[in-house]
Amino acid sequence: MITSFLLKGFDRRVTFAVLILAVIAVAVPCFNLYLPQNHPLHVPTYLVQLWGKYAAYAMLAVALDLVWGYCGILSLGHGAFFALGGYAMGMYLMRQIGTRGVYAHPILPDFMVFLNWKELPVTWYGFDWFGYAAFMVMFVPGLLAFVFGWFAFRSRVTGVYLSIITQAMTYALLLAFFRNDMGFGGNNGLTDFKDILGYNIQADTTRAGLFFLTVLAVIVSLILASAIVNSKLGKVLLAIRDAESRTRFIGYRVENFKVFVFTVSACMAGIAGALYVPQVGIINPSEFSPANSIEAVIWVAVGGRGTLVGAVVGAVAVNWGKTWFTGAFPAYWLFALGALFVLVTLFLPKGIIGTLSSLMARRPAPAGTLNPKPAE
Amino acid sequence: MLHSARRLAARAFAPLLLSFGLVLAALAWLPSAAVAQAPIDAALEKLTTDSYSDTIDAIQAIAVSGHPRAAVIIQALQGGQLAFSAAEKKVYVRVGNGLQEAGSGAATAAVPADLADVRANNRVRGIVSAAMGTLTLLNPDPARRLEAAASVLKSRDVASLPALEQALGRETDPAVKAAFAAARAAIVLNKADASDNERVAAIDLIRKRGGQDALGLLRGLPADTPKRVKDAAEAGAKVVETQLALWSGAQNVWYGLSLGSVLLLAAIGLAITFGVMGIINMAHGEMVMIGAYTTFVVQEVIRAHAPGLFDWSLTIAIPLAFLTSGLVGVILERTVIRWLYGRPLETLLATWGISLILMQAVRTQFGANNREVGAPSFMSGSFDIGHMSITWGRLWIIVFALAVFAALILVLKRTPLGLQMRAVTQNRSMASAMGIRTPFVDALTFGLGCGIAGIAGVALSQIDNVSPNLGQSYIIDSFMVVVFGGVGNLWGTLVGAMTLGVINKFLEPYAGAVLGKILVLVFIILFIQKRPRGLFALKGRSVEA
Repeated sequence: MITSFLLKGFDRRVTFAVLILAVIAVAVPCFNLYLPQNHPLHVPTYLVQLWGKYAAYAMLAVALDLVWGYCGILSLGHGAFFALGGYAMGMYLMRQIGTRGVYAHPILPDFMVFLNWKELPVTWYGFDWFGYAAFMVMFVPGLLAFVFGWFAFRSRVTGVYLSIITQAMTYALLLAFFRNDMGFGGNNGLTDFKDILGYNIQADTTRAGLFFLTVLAVIVSLILASAIVNSKLGKVLLAIRDAESRTRFIGYRVENFKVFVFTVSACMAGIAGALYVPQVGIINPSEFSPANSIEAVIWVAVGGRGTLVGAVVGAVAVNWGKTWFTGAFPAYWLFALGALFVLVTLFLPKGIIGTLSSLMARRPAPAGTLNPKPAE
Repeated sequence: MLHSARRLAARAFAPLLLSFGLVLAALAWLPSAAVAQAPIDAALEKLTTDSYSDTIDAIQAIAVSGHPRAAVIIQALQGGQLAFSAAEKKVYVRVGNGLQEAGSGAATAAVPADLADVRANNRVRGIVSAAMGTLTLLNPDPARRLEAAASVLKSRDVASLPALEQALGRETDPAVKAAFAAARAAIVLNKADASDNERVAAIDLIRKRGGQDALGLLRGLPADTPKRVKDAAEAGAKVVETQLALWSGAQNVWYGLSLGSVLLLAAIGLAITFGVMGIINMAHGEMVMIGAYTTFVVQEVIRAHAPGLFDWSLTIAIPLAFLTSGLVGVILERTVIRWLYGRPLETLLATWGISLILMQAVRTQFGANNREVGAPSFMSGSFDIGHMSITWGRLWIIVFALAVFAALILVLKRTPLGLQMRAVTQNRSMASAMGIRTPFVDALTFGLGCGIAGIAGVALSQIDNVSPNLGQSYIIDSFMVVVFGGVGNLWGTLVGAMTLGVINKFLEPYAGAVLGKILVLVFIILFIQKRPRGLFALKGRSVEA
């Protein structure tokens, strides 16, 4: 049953994207590890790391597209779920440092010794075990999303109101994580990681492995999201997006569908964050900043809202542009990003993928493609 | 419903007006009495007789005279700078190489032939230093007398009691008189030979005065104090404590109103663009920032070309900030936002992009660092009401926020433009059919909201760092205020801003500033679950559109 559910996810576009991603997932680590430095196809390690970061972003974008593109929930707080997942992973990695920290304390991470703490806070219990950390990576963002969504959707907070309070949520978390008293490293966050599951985090092989895992996670989340939107449940989600009141009057419990998809999406974002942290080597409260969450929204908008594959394309394209811009014209990146926001909403409302598929509109658009004028 | 909401808002507004009235009343009551000045010529003549007993009489007379030169004369005597001419019967103060007439302070060119120093022996010196203490207590400036009283209150020096009692008898300024009485009571309380009745009377007086000092005095009695006095002191301390708690509550309310007025200023423009028009303007904070930078530019120009106008810089900046931000707003509406009407989520994204562009533009133009915006003289300084300290800057910002609010209400309710704005937002097609140029009104309404944000920027430049990120720190708060107060209702914005301000300030002592802010955010998030349309929601079918 689950197989048939997942098989539904393979529509033409997703299958194509999954094939390409699978090739990348295998080829990039191989080109990095097994080709000599001077070979024209050799991929330097810093690129593996950078692309791994893009892949984590792409997964966040897929999660966001699932709620925004298919259920009409514009979350401006997905960065918070991403960062929470990242923190859970960061805590595991902190515990792995052991006595190799600056203060060489067997249990307490450096910043706690520095703050003169005597014992490990309860919130940190169990994080030395990877299984627990991996569970928390999904559980914490999922729980937050469930509670938040349960309250918000039940009292029918919709549209921009929901966007604004999700933004307030991530802002509140930003402020909270800046506090040293929270016990998550305050301003500096968690960093200086040594190894993950026994492998040195700086090693080329670990980086290649992480890249492979991240792209694999993108593939899985694409298939899962696509399976959801192509199932009967997905049809209800589309109905909610396009005419929420009507769906409710027909007899669907709109809030349950919304809470479900919001929670799934938050777990996905949490995993993305967990894969992001070991690759960049740091997690700090600025990941909660509302600007990050909105930036994730623009990835989806650029790639094409409600296309899933578009989210991946958008995340990679925008972040590649960011890397290039901040290298070439650092002063102009914000101009470019701002212009991107304006131009995409004005002239490319369906994004790259959406526009491409309307250009090839001879065959009927796949399920979930936005109508030209969506009802809000 | 709308009507009752308005009445509710008016009721919440009343205490605000009341407290404002109290402040004005306090302003009218300013210390006006000064100590009477007696002529000191007779005393000065005595200094020329070169006899110690005459000198002592003279010093005592001068010390209590309250004459503006009294301090100079006695200080000169202390420093051996006082000279006299027996022939002319005149006393002089040596200033550097020159001479001043002691009574008038006028410089004299002709040095008298028989000029000699006024001599002092140990007895005279003792009298002189006692006289110095009395002098500050008798200083013509009430502020200095208050300072002297405070220092006596702190030192509780028994030696200063006679001088203090003398000063108390002469004092006409009620505030200074009270301070003297308290200082006297403090001395009596700690004086070894004071009777119990005297002490209890002193405790009574200190209790009535109240304040942190009083608490310290009452709690810090010597160990050998009789039980009756101790009990009276303990009872007095409890009263003072309650009183202090009340005052600190009042101070918190004041801080809260002050923060609330800042929130109101930041949110009020948004109440137009988001509340009335329904446009999610994420660039609203940048309009505030543009207003603040306009103030900066105005001050720079004034500093460079007309320094005398500096006190008028804010007054000049207000209309300019309104026009600048308003113009940016109109351009924004005409070029971007009008294509996105009816698509709030897209509007949100586009205006966010615009906010990034505006921020980066200002950063490129003015640099990323904070810019210095000065405060005109009427904004600086503070005054006390009871045990509360109120700074002029904060008071003006509250007044200003309420004035902007009132002006906005007037524009919306009493002008043809306001009528058209309401018509267009309530029923666009009908308004259009009645001949109102809806696109024009849209642009003006959006411009008005942005212009008001610009005005807010002028005020916020006084209390916050003027940097490209200024707007970012207000955007979330502003949305919270508008959403909390109820969208489409200006009174809701007022009540919402003030409520959030006061809640925030009351949480701060317990939870700290950051945690307090988090709690407020959580509170609003929960509140929106309960009442998704805010405090004063518009009821009706149009809401679900």
